[in-house]
Formats: sequence, C-alpha cells, structure tokens
Amino acid sequence: MAIWRDPDKRAVIYQVLVVAVLAWFVWSIISNTATNMEQRGLASGFDFLSTGAGFGIITTPFIPYTEESSYFTVFLVGLVNTIIVAAVGCFLALILGFIIGVARLSSNWLIQKVATFYIELFRNVPLLLQILFWYSAVLKPLPGPRDLHEAGDKVFLSLNNRGLIFAEPIGQEAMSTVWWALFAGIVLTFIVRALAKVRQAKTGKQFPVFYAGLGLIILMPLVVYFALGRPMDFEPAEMSRFALRGGVTIIPEFVALLLALVIYTAAFIAEIVRAGIQAVSHGQTEAASALGVKPNHRMRLVIVPQAMRVIVPPLTSQFLNLTKNSSLATAIAYPDLFSVFAGTTLNQTGQAVEIMAMTLAVYLTLSLLTSGFMNWYNSRIALVER
Amino acid sequence: MQLTKSIAAAAVLAASVGTAHAASETLDAVKAKGFVQCGVSQGLPGFSNPDDQGKWTGLDVDFCRGMAAAIFGDAEAVKFTPLSAKVRFTALTSGEIDVLARNTTWTQTRDTDFGEFVGVNYYDGQGFMVPKALGVASALELDGAAVCTNTGTTTELNVADFFRANNLNYTVVAFEKADEVVAAYDAGRCDVYTTDRSGLAAQRTKLSKPDDHVVLPEIISKEPLGPLVRHGDSGWGDIARWSLNCMINAEELGVNSGNAAEMAKSDNPGIKRMMGTEGDMGSKLGLDNSFCSNIISSVGNYAESYDRNVGPDTPLKLDRGVNALWSQGGILYAAPMR
Repeated sequence: MAIWRDPDKRAVIYQVLVVAVLAWFVWSIISNTATNMEQRGLASGFDFLSTGAGFGIITTPFIPYTEESSYFTVFLVGLVNTIIVAAVGCFLALILGFIIGVARLSSNWLIQKVATFYIELFRNVPLLLQILFWYSAVLKPLPGPRDLHEAGDKVFLSLNNRGLIFAEPIGQEAMSTVWWALFAGIVLTFIVRALAKVRQAKTGKQFPVFYAGLGLIILMPLVVYFALGRPMDFEPAEMSRFALRGGVTIIPEFVALLLALVIYTAAFIAEIVRAGIQAVSHGQTEAASALGVKPNHRMRLVIVPQAMRVIVPPLTSQFLNLTKNSSLATAIAYPDLFSVFAGTTLNQTGQAVEIMAMTLAVYLTLSLLTSGFMNWYNSRIALVER
Repeated sequence: MQLTKSIAAAAVLAASVGTAHAASETLDAVKAKGFVQCGVSQGLPGFSNPDDQGKWTGLDVDFCRGMAAAIFGDAEAVKFTPLSAKVRFTALTSGEIDVLARNTTWTQTRDTDFGEFVGVNYYDGQGFMVPKALGVASALELDGAAVCTNTGTTTELNVADFFRANNLNYTVVAFEKADEVVAAYDAGRCDVYTTDRSGLAAQRTKLSKPDDHVVLPEIISKEPLGPLVRHGDSGWGDIARWSLNCMINAEELGVNSGNAAEMAKSDNPGIKRMMGTEGDMGSKLGLDNSFCSNIISSVGNYAESYDRNVGPDTPLKLDRGVNALWSQGGILYAAPMR
C-alpha cells in the first residue's frame, strides 16, 4: 500500500508500464509484419542488394554505373542524384528567396509589386503542377537536336529538348597552376579582409575588400590562364544520326525539377526573410541613419544580422521541405532515390519492406543532418542574453 | 488472429469434405463482398481502358468480367483498380486486389516472387517504334539513340539487354506512367519508343500523328502476357485458370455468345461438359456447373473478345498471328476440360 502513496515510486511504476506497453506495441508490429510476409511467401533480407540491376539510368554523376551494377549501386546513384538536386536547390532558393524578400520591402513601387506578384503566384500553385509545367510546357517543346544540327557537326553549346549540352572541358597538365592561382586568390582575399578590418579599427579608413577580392579570385587566375597559353581543351559534342554524343549534358528533367523546387521554395523563403526584417524594430534603422551609416551598410551590418535570428528556424523547415519535395522527381523521369530505388528497384525485386525502410532512413538522415547544421548555425547567431 | 484464421480454415475444410472442391479463402472473401477486385492498367487501349462512358473495356478486362460471370453469373460483379506498372505486384501481394490482369509478362522471377500465373491471354514480344522521318529500317541502326520506356517493366530490362548484346550506345528515359512515355516520345524527348508490340499499336493511337511513325521489324523478346493471382491459394488460381481456358476452349469448340444457349443442348460430350449440362466441372472449382456457360454467354469466347478489343477491325489492327488457335497455325492451346 505504501508504494501507491509515494509519488516517486508511483511515477517509476507508471514509467515502467508505459515502456512495457510501447515495447509490446513495437514488437507486435514487427512480428505481425514478419508473420504476414511469411504467409504471403515474401522473402525478407538485404541479399537482393548485391544482385545485378540490369536496367539503364539516364544520368549517374560521380558513380560509375552500368547495367551490370548491383541494386546497391542503384541506391547510391539515386542517393547522389537526390543530394545534388537538394543541395543545389537549397542554395539557389536561399539566394533567390533573399533577393525577393528584400525586394518585397523595397521603397520602389515597381520592384515591390513584382516581388509581391511573384510570391503570391508561385506559393499558391501546387508544386507538382509547377514541375510538370516546366517540364512539359517549357523544356519539352524546345527543338530537337536533329532540327538544329546536321550529322557530323561539332557543337560547343546547344540547348535542345535533350537538355543543355556543352563542350567538355579537359584540363592539360599546366591547368593545375591555374587552380593553384584560384586557391591563392581565395586565401589572399581572406587575408586582405582581415588586414582591412584591422586598419579600419585603427584609422577608421575603409578598404574596398569586395573589388580587391574580385580581382584576386577572378582576374588573377584568368591572367595566369592566358599567360600559360590557355591550357584547357574543350571537347565538343558531335552530332550523330540521332543526338549529340560526348560533351556534358544537363538533362531537362533535372532542370525542370530544380527550377520548380527553387522557384516554389524561394517564394516561401522570401516571406520568411520579409518577416525577419520587419521583426527588427524600425528604431534600429533610424538609429543607424542617425549615426551616418550608409543605406546598404545599414541593411548588411545592422538589420540583417538581427533579422537572421528570426529567419533561420523557419528557413530550416523550408530546406527540409525542398529536400523531401525532390521525391516528386518521380513524376518526370529524373532518377532520384525515390524514382530508381523506391520505384524501379522495388518493382523488379518486390522487397517492399526493406526498400521502403532504406528510403525512409535516407530522407530521415538527410533531414536530420540539415536541421542539425541549421541548429548549430542558429545557436551561433542567436541573441546572447545575460 | 492466427488462431481464428486456422479455425476458420478448418471449418471451411470440414464443411467441404462432402463435396470434392478445394477450399479457397479468396473465393469466400470475394463471395462475401459480392464482387471481384481486379487490377488493370491505367489505360492501355485494347487491353484495359475506360471507354467514353467510363466503362472498362479490353482483353484483360474481359478476362476479369469472365471471372465475375463464372463466380456470380454476372459479368458486372467486378471492380477495377487501375495500377501503374510499378505498384501492380505490391497491390496483389498485399491483398488490395484479388487478381491482376494487367498485360503482365510471365517471367520466372515474377512467378516465384510475386504470384501464380494462370495462363497466357496474349502472346507478345517487345518492339521499337520510331518516327518515319528518321529513316531507320532496323533496330540495329539505333546506336546513340534516346529510348523512352516505362519504369518497372521487363521492357526496361530487355532494352538494356538488347543494346548491350549488340554493342550499341543508348540513353534510357524511363517514366512511371505509360501516358507520360507517349507524351515524351511525341514531343521528341526520345528517338525511340519501346514496349510490347501490342502496346506500341495501342499507344500509337494516342500520338498526334500516328501515321508518321513506324514499328521496326525486330522483336527483341518473348512477352507472354497473362493474369496472375496471389501465392498460397491454389483453389482461387484454379478458378482463374479455368475461366481463361473456358474462353479459349469455347472458341475451339465453336461456342460463342450468340449460340451458347443452343450449343448447351448439343450432343457433343466435350461441349456438354464445358457448358455444365454434363459432369461436375464447375463444382470441382467450388462454382456453379454452368460457370463456363455464364462466361461465354455474357463475355463471349476468346475470338470474340480478341476481335472486339485488339483485332483487325479495331484501331489497334492486330492480326491474330501467333495468338490464333493451335489448330489454326497459332500457339493458343488450352488444356481440355475434363
């Protein structure tokens, strides 16, 4: 009796009960699945991953893939394709979203209305529809390679309904010097920036770090490149009987998916940016003006750092959304993880439980990594209170 | 759950000791709900396609209606689930549908992993379609071409095998829905459209200018298309198998929807057994003895179904070819009903 009267012990008993019920629940789901699969004669296990896939995939960046590769390689190809579209998408959506968000607050009537129109249009049209629009209405009606080129033509740049095809750059040995120049340019820019800060703190004089950086990072490697006699060959694509062969191809499926994801997500990010900027009290702007801070410095040094506190947490959600929305690739023929692994591989092998579990694990991991990074960044820029 | 299932199974078994037919869990479930749930394609003219009134028609659809007629004596006691190539087997193994009749190629892997094929209702082979303007006469000239196809099909694997075996380069553009494949090919995203030749004939009708395209002579694979049921219920598999055999045998014996009533009175013992006026062919399956007669009078025999859906008078314009009866130079050969 005494045990029930003691709130500490009672709490422990409740906890044990809850854990037991939860364990039973999980166990019954697993055993139910196993029994049902056994009854239906479905084999389980991950042995299928080492069998040969036997089908072709349209684009397999970084991963060497042939029809003889295993289903595990298919998994990797899908994973890489998903990561590429998600990473490039997040980066571009952030930039576009920031520009639109700031434009939405512009005092220029035209810019402000255009930004408002953009946001209201793109965030209110379903994403799948936008993907199909870019793919079916914009990219597919482009002229075919046969309409543009004769067989045997050497082509350096071509935009047709097979994608954007350009000559493949092949660096000669001397090209490594150019890359070193680029690397040195980046390092020097950081040094210049640090020196400029020290100088400004001491004397109050400013140094045009931006233009100096531009010269160091872009101009210097270019000068080296030409001084060495252009050590880069461009291998053009050649028109065969049907299509351009060789060169680098960016397939229209990728472009359509990327455009739709970026444009759609940027509309949301723009609103988040606007909310963040408006959350900074107008007094800050006035105070900065009163101190004689230039308008573009006012935005960059006073408003945006304070706005970031408000912007970053919802921004994380948008990055997560973009990553997960990339699985809509299956609607057009972009071979992302969901399409080639949870689609084709699942169909060829029938290992639904294993494949779905792996796919879930991948999206979960990608999302957790993104939010982990964003949480770290958020804690860095968060307001430090006493 | 386990226990109740075994008790139920035992009860059914006990009840059926008197009659000879095999117990079928699926048949009991189908009878209880009052219709057959049949998995079909998302719209392949000639095989399974909703017409302008929204009514499903086609060779595969007729097979499903035949099963409904065999079980309920009513060819309308069937519901259709349109399935993409990708999800069809999951739908079958998970129990969402009772039978899958979706122009599905019978292969060893599928027979062992996904279900039990009950026969072949169309002998097909994979072919290529190209725009006439390309001036291609043989598939061996397709080096470097982009090929549009469906994901999760034997087609996707065959085309990879064909190009590899002949040392040809290709790019594959694989879509999930057949309609997207057609749209992409029509827009010039690829040079070649590949699928089963019956599928090419069917999808060609959807192109903006069907006459500008030509089907190449090569047949690169064997594609015996047939319906399948879940593993583990051979009684249900028997019902599906003999519903199909009934339609083919009826053609062989000259029984069709027009003369079924009259032929039932025939003196031919083979026809009498088939029509259920003699013997117990139906009750062996757990059905009425008139099951085959019901199929023929409501759906028709194989020839009627063929001519109505894919034959020379339809937009598909497919000759019987190898799909003619064995007695007429084809390879269609149904086991006898006795």
